[in-house]
Amino acid sequence: MSFPWAKHYEPSHPLMKWMDEKLPLPRLVYNAIGGGYPVPRNLNYMWNFGVLAGFCLVLQIVTGVIMAMHYTPNTAEAFNSTEHIMRDVNWGWMLRYAHANGASAFFVVVYLHIFRGFYFGSYKAPREMIWLLGVVLFLLMMATAFMGYVLPWGQMSFWGAQVITNLFSAIPIIGEPIREWLVGGFSPDNAALNRFFSLHYLLPFVIAGVVILHIWALHIPGSSNPTGVEVKKESDTVPFHPYYTAKDGFGLGVFLLIYCLFVFFLPNALGHPDNYIPADRLATPAEITPEWYFWPFYAMLRSFTSDFFFIPAKLMGVMAMFTSILVWFFLPWLDTSPVRSGRYRPAFKKFFWVLVIDVVVLGYCGGMPAEQPYLMIAQIATAYYFLHFLVVLPLVGWMETPKPLPFSITEAVLGSDDEARLEATS
Amino acid sequence: MIRKIGILIGLFFTIGALWSFFIGTKSYITDPPAPLVAQVFHKTPQHLSLPSDGPFGKFDNQQLQRGFQVYNEVCKACHALQHVAFRDLEQIGYNKAEVKAIAAEYQIPHYDPNTGEVTTEPGKPTDHFPPVAYAGTGHPPDLSLITKAREGGASYVHALLTGFQDPPAAMKQQFPDSVGLPGLYFNPYFASLNIAMPPPLTAEGQVTYADGTKATVNQMATDVSAFLVWTAEPTLEQRRQVGWPVLGFLLFLTVLSYLAYRNVWADKKKH
Repeated sequence: MSFPWAKHYEPSHPLMKWMDEKLPLPRLVYNAIGGGYPVPRNLNYMWNFGVLAGFCLVLQIVTGVIMAMHYTPNTAEAFNSTEHIMRDVNWGWMLRYAHANGASAFFVVVYLHIFRGFYFGSYKAPREMIWLLGVVLFLLMMATAFMGYVLPWGQMSFWGAQVITNLFSAIPIIGEPIREWLVGGFSPDNAALNRFFSLHYLLPFVIAGVVILHIWALHIPGSSNPTGVEVKKESDTVPFHPYYTAKDGFGLGVFLLIYCLFVFFLPNALGHPDNYIPADRLATPAEITPEWYFWPFYAMLRSFTSDFFFIPAKLMGVMAMFTSILVWFFLPWLDTSPVRSGRYRPAFKKFFWVLVIDVVVLGYCGGMPAEQPYLMIAQIATAYYFLHFLVVLPLVGWMETPKPLPFSITEAVLGSDDEARLEATS
Repeated sequence: MIRKIGILIGLFFTIGALWSFFIGTKSYITDPPAPLVAQVFHKTPQHLSLPSDGPFGKFDNQQLQRGFQVYNEVCKACHALQHVAFRDLEQIGYNKAEVKAIAAEYQIPHYDPNTGEVTTEPGKPTDHFPPVAYAGTGHPPDLSLITKAREGGASYVHALLTGFQDPPAAMKQQFPDSVGLPGLYFNPYFASLNIAMPPPLTAEGQVTYADGTKATVNQMATDVSAFLVWTAEPTLEQRRQVGWPVLGFLLFLTVLSYLAYRNVWADKKKH
């Protein structure tokens, strides 16, 4: 959003003036993330995660493209080429560990970014489009990560691919033909591996394109803020540069410290040992589990163990897993409260934290074997998850009494706002 | 309208999940599953301390050479090591001549695409350890990555090698079908408790160490486990060597960037 008080780009150097006439890229940057883009002054650290997600995308693309120069997407050589990268390619071990742990870091950052959106009502009008694009981004990320994990062609790669591609056969009547068409055969083999490699290389660039739309959509209304009160005047904002470039720089430093701790000292902590075993379609692992970032959804998939009326349990599980993310698309319209930020919504706040605990519990159950008591716990947690988004949120918005909002961001930050006092006296 | 449909969809999945909960819990209470033999008698390995443990750990080349000797004289009969090249052995202290000699002991299969014949040639340092033709029961896994491919890593390998024993009397009573299986050996550290590998390290002095160390079963198991940690990740030391300066630099950078952030915001914050 170009607020009226935004600074204007005024190049003084003749080269920059020439550039501005021919291809105004510096002007674009200045207006998007430079001194010419006003941002609410009260953003907290939960607002750092968007830029960290962008950094993770760049990191994954750079490490991935270089590894693709050494990787062979053929079932006979995929595992060996991955070990070749680890042992013989100069700094290959670093690329591989950076990429594998980069995927985990990407999901940590994106989950925090999404939950920021849940709590502070970032999905509410006028920012619905940003939110919708964000859900699309999350789905693209999940597809990319799933296909990437298949590429080393280890035991978990193969059996994870087997489980997830089998979900398509849950679709009545047309499911099985669709599954065989997508997989390129009766079960994941060379055809599936090759096309997963092709798509795994493609999708990150699709993600980059949608990220551009996501940021463009954001820059129309500008960022929200922890109070949920829209920007009214100049004292509510600071220019993005240097205020948020400095804060994001610090946030990046903290992120890199934790990330590099994993890459250099705990590189296999988040992985499953079975993926260091070459894929063997005749030997089913004792437990088939995806990477940790898919565990909540895996738990929901496995929760449906009994047929429900005429619907087979497998189909219930598949529908539940997809619906659990599709509901996010409808969040701007499900949440009925006129108050944006959870800070001023006491009842909503409690349900939000119940949701956080619920998702963590689901995550824990998803990583455990599909046995009791994990099944029981996951079933209750799944029931609450759908109840929360589709029943609780509409009702809470109607029924709760919100706390009084500050007049403006300036009042929230400085404690008082002249305009507020004027409003009160007039 | 969206909200009404939403509430219905939400109730649909909620009730579906609760229905599965009800059916599942009822059957669990009325007909609890019997404990499996592995759940009762499987043991988790005791931690094995190696010089390469921890963020400051380093390989002990002497130990790795002893471990390689155990592999070379005991394990290679059934287990391959295909991700390791003979030239990699220089990293654990062998010189070029020794590596050449080790490589020449192995027969490497070469396939001639013109005749379709497979001939074998003595190995060269650039070759990888060859595949192993094994005709017995079971599938001896390649050992290159075994310490990364098993829960418990080197501790598991050591426990497995030293864990062969008679099955406990209680097991013979409770699970008679899991005891005395032909061609299998009881080992409580193995997932299914019965492994097709006969105890490979049976007697002290089975291997005569080149450096004169006493070759007890425990010593041989420890040394070969340490060697297998190296084969799984030869770049382990380099990884940590790079990691420390990276973390140090990032810490320095983060502190500076924090101070810069505070400096930039000084006029906007009350403190």
